[in-house]
Amino acid sequence: MTTRTDPTWRAAASVVDPELRVLTIEDLGVLREVATDRDSGRVTVTITPTYTGCPAMDVIRDDIRAALAAAGHPGAEVVTVYAPAWSTDWISETGRAKLAAAGIAPPGPAGTTGPVPLTLSVRCPLCGAADTEQVSRFGSTACKSLWRCRACREPFDHLRAF
Amino acid sequence: MNPTDVPTQTRLDHLLGLADDALVAAQRLGEWVAAAPELEEDVALANIALDQLGAARLLLTYAGELEGAGRDEDALAYLRDDREFRNALLVELPNGDFAVTMAKLLFVSAYQLPLYTALTGCTDERLAAIAGKARKEVAYHLDHASLWTVRLGDGTEESHRRMQAAVDEIWPYTHELFTPDPAAPVDPAGLRDAFLAAVEPVLATATLDRPADGWAPSGGRSGLHTEHLSYLLAEMQVLHRAHPGARW
Ligand SMILES: [Zn+2]
Repeated sequence: MTTRTDPTWRAAASVVDPELRVLTIEDLGVLREVATDRDSGRVTVTITPTYTGCPAMDVIRDDIRAALAAAGHPGAEVVTVYAPAWSTDWISETGRAKLAAAGIAPPGPAGTTGPVPLTLSVRCPLCGAADTEQVSRFGSTACKSLWRCRACREPFDHLRAF
Repeated sequence: MNPTDVPTQTRLDHLLGLADDALVAAQRLGEWVAAAPELEEDVALANIALDQLGAARLLLTYAGELEGAGRDEDALAYLRDDREFRNALLVELPNGDFAVTMAKLLFVSAYQLPLYTALTGCTDERLAAIAGKARKEVAYHLDHASLWTVRLGDGTEESHRRMQAAVDEIWPYTHELFTPDPAAPVDPAGLRDAFLAAVEPVLATATLDRPADGWAPSGGRSGLHTEHLSYLLAEMQVLHRAHPGARW
């Protein structure tokens, strides 16, 4: 296991999510582990998908291999794990700030089990008003819902608590 | 039960049952893309289909590795015939009108949610991990179908009539989902209480009658399907069979 200051971790951590280009896979909590084999020097990167059907995962895997090759580690292996299941709670504070700055309302707490987390209100990331309404539970990608601000009338995406 | 105590063929049939439910449900939902009543619903159904497809891919890949005959997810999805599919009849039924699609989604997700939740604690770690992902997604599917069932059932006279007709039409097919199977990692027979606890309040809120239990068509789990599955597979498989190994 590599520390977060190691060049191999930094290389993998530089990969951005192709559907949320303001976030890196480190911000998202998708990047789980980077390990270097002591004998062969081969790097293994462990990631976990946001959603099982997320079409971005193939691109992310390719981008990780390319980023490590560029950092002097060709032939990196990317391993995908499914447990523990990814949660929006894993998005870092930096990630949440980047989302808000990009006009995407960050998720509330997801909790652990049970039914769909109750979304009480989502603040408009554009004007800050709390007077907003959900237009659609499912947005432009699997992880977003579509909202509208009643104050500034602008539509915006909200990353659903998951 | 320890998974290693169960014959491989039995475990394979269980995995294919889970995988085929998800795969066939995904294919049916995909038929709504560009045809849903509103753009937002188009996007929602496509997202739900993608969740089901994602679970199907993981389960089929696992089934192929367990079988050990060199079949990957594509071989299992595209090169099996209808008699080899293990999905329940409910998911292969035609979409009908939007109310029928929502009744199907309500019943499937109200079955899959307690199923995946229980599988999360099973001794097969790989299956438990897949179920742990799918459980979170299915909670949203159930929520979505519940909202629409209430909106249509407690809506206009016409939407109420259609939603009731849809529930009546699909209800008999829910029984097959709970056919007892003590060798399964989670015996489906034990899930019906949780299913009813999720579905009955939704029907009541939607001012819909909960149909009486009676006719209970089955056969999907042993490969005896309705004619609808053959047409669905023909469309899903034609490209792969006409151009083996085609990529884009
Ligand atoms: Zn606003």
